[in-house]
Amino acid sequence: MVINILKKFVKIISLSALFLVMAQSVSASPEIQRWETSKGAKVYFVPSNDIPMVDLRIVFDAGSARDEKIPGTAVMTNGLLAEGAAGDSAQVLAEKFEAVGAQFGNGSLKDMAWLSLRSLRDDKYLRPALKNLQNILIKPDFPKTAYQRELERLKISVKAKKQSPNAIASDRFFAEMYGDHPYASPSSGTEESLQKLNIRHLESFYKKYYVASNAVVSVVGQLTRVEAEELVNTLFAELPAGSAAKELPEVLPLKQAKTIHVDFPSVQSTVMMGQVGVARGDVDYFSLYLANHAFGGSGFGSRLMEEVREKRGLAYSTYSYFSPMHQAGPFQIGLQTRNDQVDEAIKIIRLELDKYVEHGPGEDELQDSLKNITGGFPLRIDSNKKITEYLSVIGFYDLPLDYLNTFVGNINKQNTVTVKDALKRRIDPQKMLTVIVGTKKS
Amino acid sequence: MLMGCQFKASKPEMAQTVSDSGVHTFMLDNGMKILVQPDHRSPVAVSQVWYKVGGSYEYPGVTGVSHALEHMMFKGTKNLKPGEFSDIIAANGGSENAFTGKDYTAYFQRISSDRLELCLKHEADRMRHLQLDEVEFKKEIEVIKEERRTRTDDKPTSLTYERFNAAAFINSSYQQPIIGWMNDLDSMQLKDLSSWYATWYAPNNATLIVAGDVDPQQIYTWAKKYFGVLKPSIIEPPKPRKEVEQMGERRISVKAPAKVPYLIMGYKTPVLKNADDTAEIYALEVLAGVLDGGNSSRLSQQLIRKSEIATSVGAGYDPYARQQTLFLFDGAPRDGHSVTELEQAIKKQIINIQNNAPSQDELDRVKAQVMASSVYEKDSVFYQAMQLGTLETVGLGWQRKDEYLEKINQVTAEQVQTVAKKYLQDDRLTVAILEPQEMDMNKRPKHKSVGGRHGH
Repeated sequence: MVINILKKFVKIISLSALFLVMAQSVSASPEIQRWETSKGAKVYFVPSNDIPMVDLRIVFDAGSARDEKIPGTAVMTNGLLAEGAAGDSAQVLAEKFEAVGAQFGNGSLKDMAWLSLRSLRDDKYLRPALKNLQNILIKPDFPKTAYQRELERLKISVKAKKQSPNAIASDRFFAEMYGDHPYASPSSGTEESLQKLNIRHLESFYKKYYVASNAVVSVVGQLTRVEAEELVNTLFAELPAGSAAKELPEVLPLKQAKTIHVDFPSVQSTVMMGQVGVARGDVDYFSLYLANHAFGGSGFGSRLMEEVREKRGLAYSTYSYFSPMHQAGPFQIGLQTRNDQVDEAIKIIRLELDKYVEHGPGEDELQDSLKNITGGFPLRIDSNKKITEYLSVIGFYDLPLDYLNTFVGNINKQNTVTVKDALKRRIDPQKMLTVIVGTKKS
Repeated sequence: MLMGCQFKASKPEMAQTVSDSGVHTFMLDNGMKILVQPDHRSPVAVSQVWYKVGGSYEYPGVTGVSHALEHMMFKGTKNLKPGEFSDIIAANGGSENAFTGKDYTAYFQRISSDRLELCLKHEADRMRHLQLDEVEFKKEIEVIKEERRTRTDDKPTSLTYERFNAAAFINSSYQQPIIGWMNDLDSMQLKDLSSWYATWYAPNNATLIVAGDVDPQQIYTWAKKYFGVLKPSIIEPPKPRKEVEQMGERRISVKAPAKVPYLIMGYKTPVLKNADDTAEIYALEVLAGVLDGGNSSRLSQQLIRKSEIATSVGAGYDPYARQQTLFLFDGAPRDGHSVTELEQAIKKQIINIQNNAPSQDELDRVKAQVMASSVYEKDSVFYQAMQLGTLETVGLGWQRKDEYLEKINQVTAEQVQTVAKKYLQDDRLTVAILEPQEMDMNKRPKHKSVGGRHGH
């Protein structure tokens, strides 16, 4: 069994290696194929023949932004899918995947909820794994004992967050920035919200959101188009069409600056600063992506790293990023530093942000960032795993099919003028939210 | 960046060799070994330089010096200013970093394969021409202390793990934290780093691994050009510091501000490097798989889903350490259950496997997962390079990678039972328990200044 697989593998590698070397000069990005199933699930497919395996990722618009009244509903619904399906217990479901070496994953954030599968290509492994995935997707049982158990486990992880300054800061940051918006509450729920939850909430959440027209399926692996179509059709055959989730409400920007200190018995203070950033597909996305790269997105060499770590040794890591979501995600800056240095560190961040928004990046800085982003582009798509994740993002946020092919060009179109202009319009240093978690020095 | 060898100068190998798995090996005249794993799926490559030095090479008082030196390796050479290497890599679209482990220190770049020569050129430069500057060091040691605070001091589970290791090992250097004790960092001096650099950074104590879209002959040519001119050193192997035999269970508690109790258990276990019988090592790997290889494994099944004592539980074993290590268990109890109950429940599982060999189905599942993983890992050139680097640097030889699947397949249910009986014994056990202390600042005892645990 094992030897056959390996022999097959060696042969495929040597043939396709030749092919790839020739193909590279033509196109660096994978050609993405897209279609819809009869019930409206969007499918994104990239054949990849080098390794005898298949990656599959099914994403639903069913993250915690859909929680409505009870935070934690989305996470619990997603988490319960593999805890019992088609009469099989969690144990049996896990055994069925693991017996064929398949790796099953699931999870849920604010926008997305997903199921993923990595399997060997050979039908004797792939078929049973798919059958099992199909049951989990289409026939979850939401068993009562599993529900109680997983709820208790989620409660403990909510409790454990209270010993993590980073988790406390992050929850507070989102709560303050998003107010009444669905992005405000933590995906894991809270101690209070989890008290109100019951199985019926999960069942109705599942029925409403785990439907074909609310799904994006990404497939990467050793399959032909016909095989990929058949695979997805089988998987989705019994999933109702339903309807796509409604647009989330727009996010309102903060009206004024706000600073919050949470007293916490840690040796460092954790700082998160920011404001409402951009949504996926925003017209300013590429200019802001480039702007942020030079400011705090590139690690070493970024302004923040230079001023906070390299010049002053104040922190191990400091960063900034835009996190684009369905609606405007945050622009966020962060660091951790010894409690008695936190005021100094915040002062430096504020000063640097003021200067940056006022003057924008220098020509040299911008060129350095352009070179890093465009030169490093092949590294973003150098594995099936990464391509699968890109397909999910492209499909979920309805980005153009040539997103990867045009990425470098879109970045190269930017210059100091467009970047400075976008910064001025989109970032207001006078209205920053600042959350500090740590021991206040008296 | 941090992560968690019986040393011997490599024997000279005359000619290039190519293995069945496609690894090309070369040896330079100065004793530096080169491994190249071609993978032409994407026009990218990873370069890693591994040094045979890490936390376990250190002595009390200078713990953390390998990691501190790793940080300073980015601070300039006779030819480059501080940070300039990083700037060059960034401007060429690459990403780079380094990591220090118990048994190794490694530096890596991920980059378009047509820019790879740059990486080799500058890695060779900093192997022998590092400029250790006092002003840069003074700032960087503060950065390292901040790293320690983030990773360990403010994370109750990490803190517990650090104290657990310090208790488990009596004389082995594995008792030391890789990042170093805070007091050692406070008193660390530039000259500690200079002498560490002079002792360990030499071509005959390093391995270059390149994986990706490259031509092995071209890599060899570049390696000769840049690394080949460097002088070798006389490398004194580290003192063995072989762990004395444990004479009974060891047990500690860690009282720290926290919310959820946490348990770590570890049994002294041999590793591939020092095993009398290597079959035992692969049996221990399968044992770890039966207990915690996937969601269907025994610990999840019995402790999370059946008795519902644990909210999380795991088992782990690293066969590729340089010295004797630990077969680990960790976990957190569910509300309403104590850490003691969790410990007893884990021990019950241990006794169970000691008395009853795993079933054929269990064994098959572990083997199926290992077999599948050996295919999946081809999707990451970085991971493949990591495996080669680890094996080579702890002195096992990268060829062990190719044997792994076959050796795992040879393991029988009886062998798993036998190693469980032989090594998971109370007299080889160390237990650490995190006892959560009040976190509310208003309710905490006033005399205790938690913000100043390290005297700043």
